[in-house]
Amino acid sequence: MKGLFARFFRNKDTSSDGGDARGYLIVGLILFGLFLLMAVVGLFYTPHSHTAMNAAAKFQPPSLTHPFGTDNFGRDIFSRVMKGSSTTLIIAVATVAIGAAAGTLIGALTGYFGGIVDDILMRVGDALTAFPSLLMALVIIGIVGPGKYNVVLALGIVFIPSFARIMRTAYASLRYVNYITSARLMGATNGRILFRHMLPNTMHVLLPAVTIGFNNAVLAEASMSFLGIGVTPPDASLGYMLSEAQSMLVRAPWYALCTGMVIVLLVFGVGLIGEGLQRSGREVG
Amino acid sequence: MKSVGKRAAIFGITMLIVSFVTFAAFTLISGDPAMRLLGTEATPERLQSLREQMGLNQPFAVRYLRWLAGFVTGDLGTSYSYNQPVWQLISPKVEVTLCMVVMSFGLIVLISIPLGLFSAQRAQGAEGALHTSLIQLAMAVPPFFTGILCSWVFGITLRFFMPGNFPGLHQNFAGSLHYLFFGAICVAIPRIAMTVRMLRSTIVGEMQKSYVRTAIARGNDRRQVLSRHVLKNSLVPTVTFLAQTMAEIVGGSIVVEQVFSIPGLGRFLVTSISNRDYPVVEALVVILAFWVVLSGTLGDLINQRIDPRLRLGGES
Repeated sequence: MKGLFARFFRNKDTSSDGGDARGYLIVGLILFGLFLLMAVVGLFYTPHSHTAMNAAAKFQPPSLTHPFGTDNFGRDIFSRVMKGSSTTLIIAVATVAIGAAAGTLIGALTGYFGGIVDDILMRVGDALTAFPSLLMALVIIGIVGPGKYNVVLALGIVFIPSFARIMRTAYASLRYVNYITSARLMGATNGRILFRHMLPNTMHVLLPAVTIGFNNAVLAEASMSFLGIGVTPPDASLGYMLSEAQSMLVRAPWYALCTGMVIVLLVFGVGLIGEGLQRSGREVG
Repeated sequence: MKSVGKRAAIFGITMLIVSFVTFAAFTLISGDPAMRLLGTEATPERLQSLREQMGLNQPFAVRYLRWLAGFVTGDLGTSYSYNQPVWQLISPKVEVTLCMVVMSFGLIVLISIPLGLFSAQRAQGAEGALHTSLIQLAMAVPPFFTGILCSWVFGITLRFFMPGNFPGLHQNFAGSLHYLFFGAICVAIPRIAMTVRMLRSTIVGEMQKSYVRTAIARGNDRRQVLSRHVLKNSLVPTVTFLAQTMAEIVGGSIVVEQVFSIPGLGRFLVTSISNRDYPVVEALVVILAFWVVLSGTLGDLINQRIDPRLRLGGES
């Protein structure tokens, strides 16, 4: 696994559409690292309580004690953003984990074995990916109801077909490669071939797909929570906080600005990581 | 012409499948609508008579066919929450959303094509990296955040429009378009970035092919090769991508309608989901699916006009 990542960094990009793969990876990882730090620390510690109200400190602009200012109840927005980031991060990671795991499994089986099951599943996938993902997620939420876990469930299901399709192509391209044929002749079981021999060689496809999926998950969750059919109080994700912030735009514009910028920088950072992975993967794969 | 007929047939079949799946799913989850309307305290006789009145005692296939026939003739059922015909509730909202989506699509096409061409010619080196980073940044901005910024800067501060005060298409058409314009921009920004990115990588990829090298070797200058050969070959993937964009901006508009309090279809969908008003949700899902499938079909048809090979491929 270590060698795998080192490989991505080693590649000095020579591709014709600009930029060094490493540059994107480094800037992206710094941005994502900052977010990760904030979100993980936010799970255990926040400078102020994220729920404590303080009538004396309503609508305070950003200062040293309150780096992002305070809201209508005098709550510290930075602490709330930290908590919100953890929620957003957990939802996005869980969503991508469901989508990528199920998608890889389906893609591996259909890509490697082919046949009628492959045809049927891919047609179903075509039909599902035809819809805007937000709409699909909304309909599923309409069925199962809002809440943190249901958001993960809805988005996870919505993301399966796109992962499945990408992985299917990757697996199908490896099907008749010599080392796979040799492994089969040596009597390796199907499971071993699929996951020990083929899976590591699909990483140049899977990893960029994971970054794109992660970003889509962050944006979709934020949209859903913003619409009020995502996470429910007392949980607060960044999207939920933006909808709160919109109602106090006149008195506390910093609330919307800071919360929104955190989302933008997170998605930007992960987007750059994906860009870097794609570029280095182009030469590796 | 044959290929058009074939595409139309596929369109019809897809819509049939979509409508069937939607109807089946909502029949499954909505439980007993009669019980929902009358409450759990209702007498069995009243429940029974309402069920008969709503046609719920019929078998599933009959109910589906009736619903489908209703859909085609414009009778989409009755809303649970408003007790009004669904079509009457939806149609003004469809107009509003359609206006915004069309405007947004226009912006995407007008802005991203020149930008994509420009960016493709400067894809190398530091400038290329700068473009890539800017594209990634623009893709990272969620439409509802731009929406909030827009209503703060252009609405509350500069007073270009009054957030939350949508004039209504029939009362003040120009004013409404002016209001929708801000929403359309917010929906368009990330999509423009995606389209530029797609155009750039398509053109750059096409420029590396051997026919380009041959054309340049024969003494054509790069610009000529770009406009005569490369652009033509990039057209098909671009049309496909734009068709997909036309379908997906509806998703972005759902959230933007909420930000700007635009009384459109997306906002109505969200309230109907919260109210569990299934006949409305059902109708909206089918209408949105219609839009998505229609976009795809139009894209395919345009591509068949552009590239005769696709026409042949469709028939063989």
